[in-house]
Amino acid sequence: MRTDAAAPSVEARGLDVGYGRHAVVRGVALAARPGALVALIGTNGSGKSTLLKTLAGMIPALGGDVHVLGGAPGASARRVAYLPQHPASSHTLPLRARDVVAMGRYAHLGLLRRSRAADRGACEAALARTGADAYAALPLRELSGGQQQRVHLAQVLAREAEVLLLDEPTAGLDPAGRAAVLGIVEAERARGATVVMSTHDLGDAERASHVLLLAQRVVAAGGPHEVLTDAHLRECFGFTQLH
Amino acid sequence: MADLLIAPFVDLPFLRLALAASVLVSVTCAIAGTFVVLRGLAFAGDAMAHGVLPGIAVAILLGASPVLGAALSAAVMMAGVGVITRRSRLGSDTAIGLLFVGMLAVGVMITSRSESFVGDITRVLFGQLLGVRGVDLAWQAAALAAVGTIAWVARRPFLLMSVDEGLARTSGFRPAPYHALMLAMVGITIVASFRTVGTLLVLGMLVAPAATGALVARRVATVGLVAAGCGAFASWAGLLLSYHLDLAAGASIVLVAVALFALAAALSALARRRGDGGELPHPHVQGHAH
Repeated sequence: MRTDAAAPSVEARGLDVGYGRHAVVRGVALAARPGALVALIGTNGSGKSTLLKTLAGMIPALGGDVHVLGGAPGASARRVAYLPQHPASSHTLPLRARDVVAMGRYAHLGLLRRSRAADRGACEAALARTGADAYAALPLRELSGGQQQRVHLAQVLAREAEVLLLDEPTAGLDPAGRAAVLGIVEAERARGATVVMSTHDLGDAERASHVLLLAQRVVAAGGPHEVLTDAHLRECFGFTQLH
Repeated sequence: MADLLIAPFVDLPFLRLALAASVLVSVTCAIAGTFVVLRGLAFAGDAMAHGVLPGIAVAILLGASPVLGAALSAAVMMAGVGVITRRSRLGSDTAIGLLFVGMLAVGVMITSRSESFVGDITRVLFGQLLGVRGVDLAWQAAALAAVGTIAWVARRPFLLMSVDEGLARTSGFRPAPYHALMLAMVGITIVASFRTVGTLLVLGMLVAPAATGALVARRVATVGLVAAGCGAFASWAGLLLSYHLDLAAGASIVLVAVALFALAAALSALARRRGDGGELPHPHVQGHAH
């Protein structure tokens, strides 16, 4: 899984991200190696999701340099998996949870390759890891919001990617669900995957190896103890951590 | 009972041909319609179905093949709908609606120049199912093969795009060419079907059986199978209604297809109400991670 211990999986220098001509965040610098967890933290509209979409290749960078696994964002679909903040309209479609997870393998299968035992095994393992195996045969539209979220996370895990881009994967989950997701993130790091994750939870960010504090600009970047200081948090959110 | 339900198809060759043609149309529409319904392209499909009119009118005026005219017109509509649904700053329904009435207006202007168009245009709008010939069946079978091949080859990107274009992109499938391919598949279905059920009614076969499938099925493949079954049943029942009650054949088939959807919707709503007061069950599962 590890490509080169010295080479960052996700690297950005002077990266400007935004929509059209409007930059949401300018000057992002980042170097995340295999096994790293990068936490993106900030207020709503601070640019966390925009940065993740740029790293996923869904929107073009507005300026600066960015490389994911040594290439342009979006160039390595098999090796990068992205979990959007609001996984979309599959809720209304006639899809079983198992079918939604199987779609996570499409990047490997391409147009014509038949699904093999390894593909099915990756899906079953992902369902089991997220606890979604218990309702794998049910239509997604009949599941609760939290259950749907686990199914979408299982879809991401089924890709067995080297870089995971997760947009608020713990939002709206109960404490047990949140702990389960964070456990999965740690397991992914342990196998050498690089995880870039946005969150509103300072506790989640404290687990990271690198934190980017965003407020439509980079307020601070570095290790959690350097970034999650009272001064930075007051500057970003207008309050400090409760002690 | 057999005299009522089967004998007309045994005794009358033209009715057998009509049944064969409409079943081929049903299966073609079921395949394309499944993705039209899942991706929410019903209005774009409607616009394309009506937008073929100017091409057909020009073809008739020039003495060329109406199928060729419809194909050219459909290509213009596909390009227009493709650009609008991806790039318009207006709501896509507004922009598609304007393109739709614009193309329809051009068609009406051309046809208004000659009285000889009246009969031809009626056949274009409502089809000529009872006048189907062997060559029409061959064209319809070729269209079915083309649509089936496109849907099978592109089933993965089509499904991903039905969920979310972003998911398609991050799975390595660029949405723009596959969106164009999906519109081409719908265009082929419409052009091949207008001779039998007509441009006004082809949308009914494209949407109603697939919508019935989407209502009752738990898997996308099942949506297509239910749609094909509903379409084939509607073909048989519609032709019988048409034969026994002296009604328009294409319209009877579409009416049965829409009635099947209404029945499925009512039964589905009833089942949900009886099940748990309208809410679908949420199985309780303990969270864990390995």
